[in-house]
Formats: sequence, C-alpha cells, structure tokens
Amino acid sequence: MIEFRHVAKTYPDGTTAVEDFSLTVPSHTATVLLGSSGCGKTTLLRMVNRMVDPSSGQVLIDDEDLASVPPVALRRRIGYVMQNSGLLPHRRVIDNIATVPRLNGVSKREAHSRAHELMELVGLDAALASRYPGQLSGGQQQRVGVARGLASDPNILLMDEPFGAVDPLVRMELQRELRRIQTEVEKTIMFVTHDIDEALALGDQIVVLKTGGEVAQVGTAQEIVEAPADDFVAQFLGVDSGRRSLQTVPRPGGGHTVVDGGGRPVGVLEDPPEGSSEPRG
Amino acid sequence: MNQLIEAVELLLTPETWTGATGMGARLLQHLQYTGLAVALAALIALPIGLAVGHSGVGRGPAVMITGVVRALPTLGLITLVALFAGLGLTAPMVALVILAVPSILAGAYSGVGSVDAPVVDAASAQGMSTWQVLWKVEVPLGLPIIIGGLRLAVLQVVATATLAAYVGSGGLGAPLFLGLRTYDYPLLLAASLVVIVLAITLEVVFALVQRVLRRALRGTS
Repeated sequence: MIEFRHVAKTYPDGTTAVEDFSLTVPSHTATVLLGSSGCGKTTLLRMVNRMVDPSSGQVLIDDEDLASVPPVALRRRIGYVMQNSGLLPHRRVIDNIATVPRLNGVSKREAHSRAHELMELVGLDAALASRYPGQLSGGQQQRVGVARGLASDPNILLMDEPFGAVDPLVRMELQRELRRIQTEVEKTIMFVTHDIDEALALGDQIVVLKTGGEVAQVGTAQEIVEAPADDFVAQFLGVDSGRRSLQTVPRPGGGHTVVDGGGRPVGVLEDPPEGSSEPRG
Repeated sequence: MNQLIEAVELLLTPETWTGATGMGARLLQHLQYTGLAVALAALIALPIGLAVGHSGVGRGPAVMITGVVRALPTLGLITLVALFAGLGLTAPMVALVILAVPSILAGAYSGVGSVDAPVVDAASAQGMSTWQVLWKVEVPLGLPIIIGGLRLAVLQVVATATLAAYVGSGGLGAPLFLGLRTYDYPLLLAASLVVIVLAITLEVVFALVQRVLRRALRGTS
C-alpha cells in the first residue's frame, strides 16, 4: 500500500508542481494518475522512488515513511518503466533486463536466466536477447522496459507514460499485454497517463488530476464514466463533445450501429445469437 | 630542395638513428615526454571534467578556464617556469601539462554531458548509485568524445614537446635546435620530419581507437 499524506512540491525556481495531494494506492491493483501535462502526475509518481522528494507532507509504503529510506536501496526494490524506454544503449537487451538483479548482487548467470523468463512473460522473442536497444522497434523497446521493471520481482511497479511514444495499434496491444501480465504478477501498479482511454483500459482505480496535483475525482472506470464529478472530468472524458454519449441506430440487415453524440459511428452492436435471446416485445 | 633531399638521405642512414644522442634515442625521449605530460594532465583534468560533466556544476567556469589556458603562449611559459625551476625537464613538463589540460578537460565534460538525459535518469531510477551511473553509463557512452580530448592533447603535446630542448632537455627538439644553431639545415629538417611522421602516426592510432569504440557502442543512435 502506498500512501500520500498532504504532499506538496515546490521547485527551487518557485514553480509549484503539487499543492496538497493525498491518496491511498491499494496493494496488488493498478492505480492510474490521469491528467494533462503540467498537472504534477509525473512528480507524484517519482516521489514513490524518491527521484523527487516532497517539499512537505509524507509518502509511505506499507506505513514506512520514505523520507527515512535511502533512495538507492529503495529504487532497487521498485520497478520503474518510462516513456522512450530509457534503456542503456550500450548494453544488450538481456543485460538491460538484468540491470537491477545485478545491482542487487545476483550472479550473472542467475540474472540472465531470470531475464529470459521475463522476455517470455512480456512476449519478446528469445532471439532478441543479444540485440542492442537501438536495433529494436519502439514497441519491443517498451516490452524490454517492462521486463526490466519486473526483473527484481518488485512489489511496486511505477509506469510513467510507458506507451506514450508508440503508435496507437502497438499501444493497444501493449495495454492488453500489461493487463494479462498483471493478472499473473499482481503488482501494485502506479501508472501515469494523459490518455483517458488508456486510463479506462488499465486502471482499477483512476485518479483524475487538475493543475497542481488537485484531485478532481477518484473512482473506478465505471464510476467515472457514469458519474463524472464535475465539468472538468466530464470534459476530460469527452462527455460534452459527445464522445461518450452513445446512441444506437438500426443497421440495414439487422443489428445496430453505435454512434457518438456527433453522429460518428464508433462500433456495431450485435444482436444476441438466435435461440439464446429473450422473447422480444 | 637540396636540403630536403639531404635530410631524407640523413634519415635513411642507419648511423643517424643509433647512439645515445641518435635520432632513435631522441624519438624515444620525445615519446616519453609526451606520455608523461599527457598522463599528468589527464590525472588533473579527467576527474574535474567528469565531475563537471556529471553534475553540471562549474560548467561555465570550466569552459572559461579552458579558453584562457589555451591562449597562454607555451614558449613564454617554459621560459618563465625555467627562471624559477632552472634548466631541465621541469619547465617544459609544466608547460606541456598546462597545454594538454584544456583539451582533456573539455573532452571529459562534453563526453559525459553528451549522454542522453533520459538514459541517465533511467539508470538512477533503476537504483544505480552516483558512481555506478558515472562508470557504467556516462563514461562508457561518452568515451569516444573523452578519447577525442586525449587525442587532441597528444597531438598538441607531441608537436610542442620539441621546445623541451630549448631549456636543455632532450627529445626530438635536441637535433632540431642543434641544426638551427649550427646552420645544419638537413639535420633540422630531418628532426622536423620525424616529429611530423610521429604526430601523424599517433593521430591515425587514435582515430582507429575512436572508430573501434564507436562501433562497439553501435547501439547508440
């Protein structure tokens, strides 16, 4: 469990990234911090591994105040996945994944065998092990990033817009994979994104943030879509632009087409198969 | 032209190269001076350059000092130090070290500074200590540029080390100054040719090392 207690962050140049933020992140679930750029979501995320220290307030992991935990040791037990992967360009894929176990003193052999397991888990071909990051596609690099984040089997996985730099198709594929991986590993995930669809797809708990780390709404995907707390959340969801108010129109040849508020088709509603359907009318 | 031919003939004579004051011994001395000066300069400049590049602190002053020191006239410096230290190796060595420091310093802080910020950030977010980030990430990735600084320093020192003989030391400057003072121009030219060939050889060696390093880091793109 990660707990933020009245956390604030003001940088030396006077800019305030976070004013007063409190939140509890339950264990073994995925919490998504959702907000546009400049809302302080990355700052909040980086407080968990002490890449940023709060100016005031406390961050606790399992009731332990992080201010008293040495940063280097803390980071080695927390997975961190970032945009543009941040892989070491001069090391092979296998060595990149093995980075943290090697720092923790695990033998090279053991670290590599663990890395091979992780490559399988994140869906990377074993043949890529001896490649360099520059030789991989963007999507493959992000998979390596996820594998590296999981390498020391951390309880907590921090993800800072990890799929932000890949194309939409690959992004959806990676989101699907992450959900599959999460059902296997059940980590406490904190995930930062500005993409509402990504938040709805991944978050067990979604935290919508305004500027300065102000919490606009906390809830499940369903709660947020069904009852946006205010105009800000509604606007973020795209309710007022009609993106979330869907209607069905009959489709020639049976079934219905689903359209959004602007009349643009977003999908098809299939009739239930014959026989299983309840009597109509 | 005649004198140049005579100089080449001189170099092709085996006796030129033998003996305690022969060209062979002078060449060896010259290399020793160069090696010693660059090593001492690296001892001073590398730690400072790496620290500046890693932390970003003192970058402004480092750039300024680099420029100022580069503008010092080496011959004047040798004469000045020789006034205090007397004849011998001390004065030229001080001057050569001062000559070599700026290039090595600039190479070190630019090399470390050239590493992608997200890569450094990710390395420390994975739990690398400051030293580990420096030695496992910044130095290896900045190595081609760091070596480039050393390459420049060696080139400058190898050419300037001839001045050591000006205050009574050896090296290839000895036959050069001897030829100058005794109007033995073939000897002067012969010594100059050896310095030139030596400089070009070292340059080629360093270029190869840099190339091999860049290739080893081919993942960088």
